[in-house]
Amino acid sequence: MTRHARDSKGRTVTVVTGIGIVTSLGEGKEDNWASLTAGQSGIHEITRFPTDSLRTTIAGTIDFLSPDPGTAPGRAKALATASVTEAIAQAGIGSPSAFPGPLYLAMPPAEVEWPARLEVYECARNGSPVTHAQMKRAAHDGAFQDMHSLFLFGQVGEYLAEKFGTRGQPISLSTACASGGTAIQLGVEAIRRGETDAALCVGTDASINAEALIRFSLLSALSTRNDPPHKAAKPFSKDRDGFVMAEASAALVLESYDAAKARGATILGVVRGCGERADDFHRTRSKPDGTPIIGAIRNALADADVTSEQIDYINAHGTSTPENDKMEYLSLSTVFGDQLAGTPISSNKSLVGHTLTAAGAVEAAFSLMTIGSGTIPPTINYDTPDPEMPLDVVPNTKRDAQVDIVLSNSFGFGGQNVCLVLSAEPA
Amino acid sequence: MADQEEEVWITGIGLVSSLGEGCEDHWRRMGNGARREPVIDATSFAPYPVHPLVKLDFAKQIPNRGDLRQMGQWQRLGVYAAGLALSDAGIAGNSAYLDKTDMIVAANGGERDIEVDDAILAEMSVRNDPEVFLNEALSTQLRPTLFLAQLPNLMAGNISIVHKVTGSSRTFMGEEMAGVSAAQTAIRKIRGGQSELCLIGGAYNAEREDMQLLFELGHYLWPDTYRPLWERHEHGGGIITGSLGAFLILEAKGHALSRGAKPYARIHDVLADRCNRKAGSAAENALAQFDLVRDRIEAGPLAVLSGSCGAEPVTSEECWFFKQLQDQGFDVAVRGVGSMLGHCVEAQFPAGLALAALATSKNRFFQPFAESDFEKPHEASLDHVLVTSWGHWRGEGLAVVEAVH
Repeated sequence: MTRHARDSKGRTVTVVTGIGIVTSLGEGKEDNWASLTAGQSGIHEITRFPTDSLRTTIAGTIDFLSPDPGTAPGRAKALATASVTEAIAQAGIGSPSAFPGPLYLAMPPAEVEWPARLEVYECARNGSPVTHAQMKRAAHDGAFQDMHSLFLFGQVGEYLAEKFGTRGQPISLSTACASGGTAIQLGVEAIRRGETDAALCVGTDASINAEALIRFSLLSALSTRNDPPHKAAKPFSKDRDGFVMAEASAALVLESYDAAKARGATILGVVRGCGERADDFHRTRSKPDGTPIIGAIRNALADADVTSEQIDYINAHGTSTPENDKMEYLSLSTVFGDQLAGTPISSNKSLVGHTLTAAGAVEAAFSLMTIGSGTIPPTINYDTPDPEMPLDVVPNTKRDAQVDIVLSNSFGFGGQNVCLVLSAEPA
Repeated sequence: MADQEEEVWITGIGLVSSLGEGCEDHWRRMGNGARREPVIDATSFAPYPVHPLVKLDFAKQIPNRGDLRQMGQWQRLGVYAAGLALSDAGIAGNSAYLDKTDMIVAANGGERDIEVDDAILAEMSVRNDPEVFLNEALSTQLRPTLFLAQLPNLMAGNISIVHKVTGSSRTFMGEEMAGVSAAQTAIRKIRGGQSELCLIGGAYNAEREDMQLLFELGHYLWPDTYRPLWERHEHGGGIITGSLGAFLILEAKGHALSRGAKPYARIHDVLADRCNRKAGSAAENALAQFDLVRDRIEAGPLAVLSGSCGAEPVTSEECWFFKQLQDQGFDVAVRGVGSMLGHCVEAQFPAGLALAALATSKNRFFQPFAESDFEKPHEASLDHVLVTSWGHWRGEGLAVVEAVH
C-alpha cells in the first residue's frame, strides 16, 4: 500500500472517491450515464422565459428541480446541493453536515436580475420614471435585504459551506468555461501540499435567463439551429455553428490516496495531473498558433508524468463553435502528432450542451465514469465530418474500450486554459 | 509538500486609490507626519459619499487604445494597478518572468450600462409584456463588448493581454474574502513549491450606481456626511466605498535573490474562515486565527491595519476583538484603512497587505487615520503589522506582514 502513496514526483496521490452529477439529462450518475451513453440529448426548447425576438431559443435548462427563489444563484445552489449530496453519499466521508475538508466552487458571476431590479424600480417609481439614484433610496427605505445576500458572489459558496460543513473559508472561482477544471486543480494542489486529506470540488451553473442568452448571442457564440433542438450541438462537424448553453452541476470528493485507503473507501480514479496556461492574444479568440492551449496540455501531461502515447481517450472541450474546435484540433495534433487520429476523442457537449462554469467538473466526472465502465460516450450529431480535422470522435454511438488514462480539456473566454489527466486506480 | 518551505517575499506593489498612485503617493498622504485628509466626493452619488479614484492617465499602463475600449472602468483600474506592481517588482516586459507568473485576481463584475438599464426599466414598468420587451431591448441595445467588460475573469484576461502575464490565470469571487483567499492561495503555492512568482490583487470601482444599489439593498451604505469608520456606529454604522486597485507580487525568497529583487516584507501565511455571524462568532474566528500567528509576534506595541467596513454590528465586533488583543498584552495601534481609502471590498485585503509591506519597509507605521482610543500613535520600529479583513456580510481573514530588516 505505501508504495502507491507517492507519485513519480514524490507527491501525495490525489484520488476521487465520490461523484455527483445533475445535468439536463437528469439527476444522478445513473440516469446521466444511461442517457449519455445512449446518445440522448438534453437540449430542448426554452420554456423558462419568452423567447420572442431571440435568435437562439434552445438550451439545456434544468427545469425538473424548482428552486426558490427562481434566480440564477437560487438554481445554482439547488443543483450544487443535489450533486454534492450524491458525491458525499458515495464517498461515505465525514457526515452529511460535516465534510472534512475545504470547498472549491466553480460558479458563474451573479448580479441583481431583471425581475428583482424591476421590483425595486416599481417601489421607487412614483408615477414618473426614475433612475438608479432613486432606486437606491427605495432600497434604503425598503425591505429588500434578501436580494442583497442573494446576489453577492460569495452567496452560493457560503450556502454550501454551511449546509455541508466544509472547513475554512470556501473559495468561489471563475476561469470562465475552464472553471470546473480549476476547482479540481485547487483541490489537488491543497492535498499535495498536505494541507488537507480531502477536498470538495464543485462546478455549478444555472444562469440561463434572457440576458445571459442574449449576451452570448451578441458574441455570435451560440448555435441558431433551433429546430430540432437536439441536433444543434455538433462538435467537430463541418457545419457546426456555435454552442448550446446548458445548466449542470458536478461534485467530486478528492482525497489523498492514503486517507482513502485507510478508511477503506472505493477509489473511482486518480487526478494524476493538472496543467494550465493563460492566453494573451484576445478576449474571445485563442492565439492563432495554439501555443497557450498546447502549453496547457503539455503542462498537464508533464504534471501527470505521462506521454501523449499513454492517453487512451480525450474528453474534448469540443464546444461546437467554429473557433474552439479548430483550435482544439490544431493544438491536439501538435502535441499528439500522427497518433491523434488513432486516439478516441468525444465531446460530452454534443449531448448535454455547454454547461459553462460547470463543464470542467461535469466532464471530469464523465471521464472517470468512462474509465470505470469501459464505455466511451459518443459525439452525437456527427453527420458531416469536418475534413480539416480528421478525428476519431466516437461518432454517434458509444464504444466499449479499455480506458486507463484520459485527458480532459477546458478552455475559457479570457484565455484561461486548464487540462486534467485522470487515470484508473494504480494497480 | 516540499521538504524545505520557501519563504514568501512581497517584491512588488501596485496601488491606486483616491489618494494617488504608487507607494510614495500613499506614504506621503498616509505616513507619519502627513495631514489626515481623505478625499471625498459628497455630491456625485448624494447622499452617499464615496472616495473617488484619483485622475489617471490609463494610457500609461494600457497604451493600446483598442484594449482600453474593450474594458470598463473597473477592469482598467485593475489592469493599471497590476501594471504598477509588475513594474515595481522589475518584471514588467520581461517575458522570461511573465511566462511563469501565476495570477490570482479577486474580482467582482464590471460595470453595466446604467442608462440603458434605467430606460429599459421605465418601459418594462408600463408594459403588460415586460419580458417580451426585455428581449427586444437587450437584443438591440446591449453592446457585444459590454459582456466582456462585465465578466469577472476578464480582468485577469485583460492583464494577460496587456501585460503578458501568462503562467496561469485564476479569478476568485466572493467579495472581501476573494482578496483574502487569493493571497492565501498564492502564498501557500509558493511555500509548497508549486509556484515561484505570483501576481495577486483586485480592484473596486466605488463610483457605480449598480454596486451601490447592491449594497443598499442590504442597508449597508452610509447615507450621510463623511465620518471616519469608528464614528459611524452611533448612527447604525455604514459603508463608504472607495475606488482602489491593489496588486502585489509575491515571490519565493530564493527566486527574488536570484534576480536581485529587494523585498518590501515577508509574509508567512494568511488565515481565513467563515461563520454564520451569530453575535461573537466572527471575533471567535479571529481570536482562533490570532492564536495561530501569536508566536510570530512579540508582546508590546502591535501595529494593526484593519479592513473594517464600517457597517454594524461587524465593525463593533472587530473593535471588541482588538480589545481582547489588548487584554492579552498587545498594545494595539489600529489604523482603519477604510477611513482614508474607503471600503474597497475585493481589493481591501490586498490593499491592507500592500500598505503593511510599505510601512515595514520604511520601518515606521502610519499616522492615526481617525480620533479613536485604538488609533494611538505608534512610534516604535516596525517588525510586523497585523492585517485584517472581515467581510461586510461573511468571512474573516487575517495575516501578519513581517519586516525583512
